[in-house]
Amino acid sequence: MAKVALRVVALTYLLFLLVLPVGIVFWHTFQSGIGPVLDALSTPNAVHAIQLTVLVAGGAVVANTVFGVGTALLIVRHRFLGRRLLDALLDLPIAVSPVVVGLALILVYGRATGAGLWLGERGLDVIFAPPGMILATIFVSLPLVVRAVAPVLEEIGTEQEQAAWTLGASTFQTFRRITLPAIRWALVFGVVLTLARGLGEYGAVAVVSGRLVGQTQTATLFVEERFQNFDQPAAYAMAFLLAAMAIVVLLATNLLRPREAA
Amino acid sequence: MSITVRNVSKRFGDFVALDDVSVDIPSGALTALLGPSGGGKSTLLRVIAGLETPDSGTVEIFGADSTHLPPQRRDVGFVFQHYAAFKHMTVARNVAFGLEVRRRPRAEIKRRVQELLELVHLEQFAGRYPAELSGGQRQRMALARALAVEPKVLLLDEPFGALDAQVRKELRAWLRRLHDDVHVTTVFVTHDQEEAMEVADELVVINGGRVEQVGPPGQVYDEPANPFVMTFIGPVTRFGGRLVRPHDLELTAHPEAGAAPATVVRVVRLGFEVRVDVRTHDDDLWVQVTRAEADELGVEAGSRVFVRVPPGGGLAAVAAGG
Amino acid sequence: MTSATTDQIGAYGGPAAAGRRRTLGSRAGTGLGVGMATLYLSLIVFIPLGAVVLRAGEGGLTGFWRAVTTPETAAALTLTVGASLIVVAVDVVMGTLIAWVLVRDRFPGQRVVDTLIDMPFALPTIVAGLVLLTLYGPASPVGIDLAYRQAGVVVALLFVTLPFVVRTVQPVLLELDREMEQAAASLGASPVTVFRRIVLPNLYPAITAGAALSFARAISEFGSTVLISGNLPFKTEVAAVHIFGQIQSDNIQGAAAESTVLLVVALLVLVGLDLVQRWAARRG
Repeated sequence: MAKVALRVVALTYLLFLLVLPVGIVFWHTFQSGIGPVLDALSTPNAVHAIQLTVLVAGGAVVANTVFGVGTALLIVRHRFLGRRLLDALLDLPIAVSPVVVGLALILVYGRATGAGLWLGERGLDVIFAPPGMILATIFVSLPLVVRAVAPVLEEIGTEQEQAAWTLGASTFQTFRRITLPAIRWALVFGVVLTLARGLGEYGAVAVVSGRLVGQTQTATLFVEERFQNFDQPAAYAMAFLLAAMAIVVLLATNLLRPREAA
Repeated sequence: MSITVRNVSKRFGDFVALDDVSVDIPSGALTALLGPSGGGKSTLLRVIAGLETPDSGTVEIFGADSTHLPPQRRDVGFVFQHYAAFKHMTVARNVAFGLEVRRRPRAEIKRRVQELLELVHLEQFAGRYPAELSGGQRQRMALARALAVEPKVLLLDEPFGALDAQVRKELRAWLRRLHDDVHVTTVFVTHDQEEAMEVADELVVINGGRVEQVGPPGQVYDEPANPFVMTFIGPVTRFGGRLVRPHDLELTAHPEAGAAPATVVRVVRLGFEVRVDVRTHDDDLWVQVTRAEADELGVEAGSRVFVRVPPGGGLAAVAAGG
Repeated sequence: MTSATTDQIGAYGGPAAAGRRRTLGSRAGTGLGVGMATLYLSLIVFIPLGAVVLRAGEGGLTGFWRAVTTPETAAALTLTVGASLIVVAVDVVMGTLIAWVLVRDRFPGQRVVDTLIDMPFALPTIVAGLVLLTLYGPASPVGIDLAYRQAGVVVALLFVTLPFVVRTVQPVLLELDREMEQAAASLGASPVTVFRRIVLPNLYPAITAGAALSFARAISEFGSTVLISGNLPFKTEVAAVHIFGQIQSDNIQGAAAESTVLLVVALLVLVGLDLVQRWAARRG
């Protein structure tokens, strides 16, 4: 039957491209048991990498959530010159190669440039320091919250908000008590995506951070550096951690995603 | 008989859509499958078309056992309630589709499409897309498309259900005229008894997955087989332990043989007809009379009258069940 | 942003007139919002990207051309575009097939498979590279060694672009009017014909969208190729990796020039995609 044949082809493709590779990392990591994995993840460099990753991703999440909700409201609820352009430009970051992102930020905020020098004199190092890494992470995850929230805002319409106004609620009250709860799950969805993107970013951060071990090395950079230095256990341990994070994110987004037809 | 359905049953999960249904569809006639929503008539139609497979039973189309044939091979035309127009093709390509699939020569296809578009009065829309047509026009296109391949049987699933009342009436009459011209065995599904009565040569009343009655509309109306059919097909009221048609009852001012005394509760003028609600010792019922009769009797709320079935009057009545 | 309700309701011709486009603030509020959004975007996206293009053009058009046509750069770009085209071709076929199986078929574990499709979105690219190297590299448990080979690059790109076509096609398949297919069947079309003449034409816009996204992603890809390809210049070095190398060697102008090429290609693809979607919407 053709139906079964199609199913087999699809599942085999996915098996070899997706399931086996991901499965193999789990197997490979725990080949010698759980002890070495825990050891590898508790070295000072590893711990620092994890902390730095959380900091950088967290910073990007906060920035992009504020930006995301605000821009979604702007685009959906307001009319202004250039609205369509802004809407289109929001998708731009997704099309840019991560390495180019890093280069772009260096060219503007590097110590050799005007902005970089000016900020550096005031004690804010951007490139080769966490702030630059946060900027890079913001760049690559820029549209995720907007794109998650905007359709929901569009769909729920303004009637409830209008009802709130007629009952005397201020703009802020209306936002907090009517709008925000309505977009709550879409917002969480967008935040989860942004967080995952931030935790997993490699290319842009690689360029912008200078990859200084123990200082500006995130979890992803740690994986690559350890692997290139033949420290496979450490590389796989961190890779496992990141893969586990990815699976948790997959489950979370799967639960949060609006169910279309069952 | 063009279509013979024998002992067909079909269930969807726990829901029994068809329960041991057997029915014969006469050749060349316009048959209506009539019944309330969810009663099984669409399912029966789709089983005949091959869009559903019955759990048990057989379907014969012009003598050939078609029970397990896919729809492609049954030579039946099917028209859907929501048109199922190929929205990415023009009207002309839609109509041509069946012929193209059969690899007919291009000249023949072109000729036939033109013929059919003229038949349904859509010639000037040949190059348009379905999205540019009204609902009624789309349905006419769907009919032309189904007829293009000269099917042995034409099946229509609530073809006018998605249209406005006015368009529905027009298309209903148009379908009847079309059938008179083209004479293909046609089966259509509807829940509107007025539509069925007006259009069909033969009625099949279906309820709860079972066939309640089969026959010409007049016969089903005058000689209903059971309370359900009687109630579904036309107006009913209860009198003397039986269901009767309100217009078959007679109101008199003076006692006549077999008449029951009654008090008038309400009189409502509905254009030509007058509805008189009365109460007898045993029943609350209503009688339909003409304006002339109402005026002659001078009935109004509170009047005393007498109700009876006129002697020798053609009466449709069944024992009122539960 | 004002809080006077009468202001808001009266300002734009009443709720009925404005319908869904009611504003959540006054005109000043809108202006402020637009200003802040533009500032944020400019500081983080527009100005930096502009800087790249400026730097690329520093040596004038000749300088740009020279930077972009050095043998290694040309090799990297050719490999990148070539591999991406192959990958997109495979994605189109397999993506549509997978979407079909997920929508039209029923089998145990289907929900799990559906969730897994998004794995390449969630998994960091370097980890993807590592896992592919582990499975299809020198220590491969299945005996396939693609390390240091162009096939390795292709597999890496297939991994990261997997979800795009699937996720653009799936919703369209879900919404597709099944009755069209039934009508075609009742008119005598075989299942293959029904797919070819009824289903597929309605999927073209979605497939094209997914293909465009896949292509844009593939040409930009960095992390997943770094490990399995070995980054051999002229052989398995993709553009993004080459640019990285240029930055490391302080050849900023060359890096900027190559980056600009990638940016322009990605931009063209996305603009083309937008046009296709508008055309499709009109056909509706």
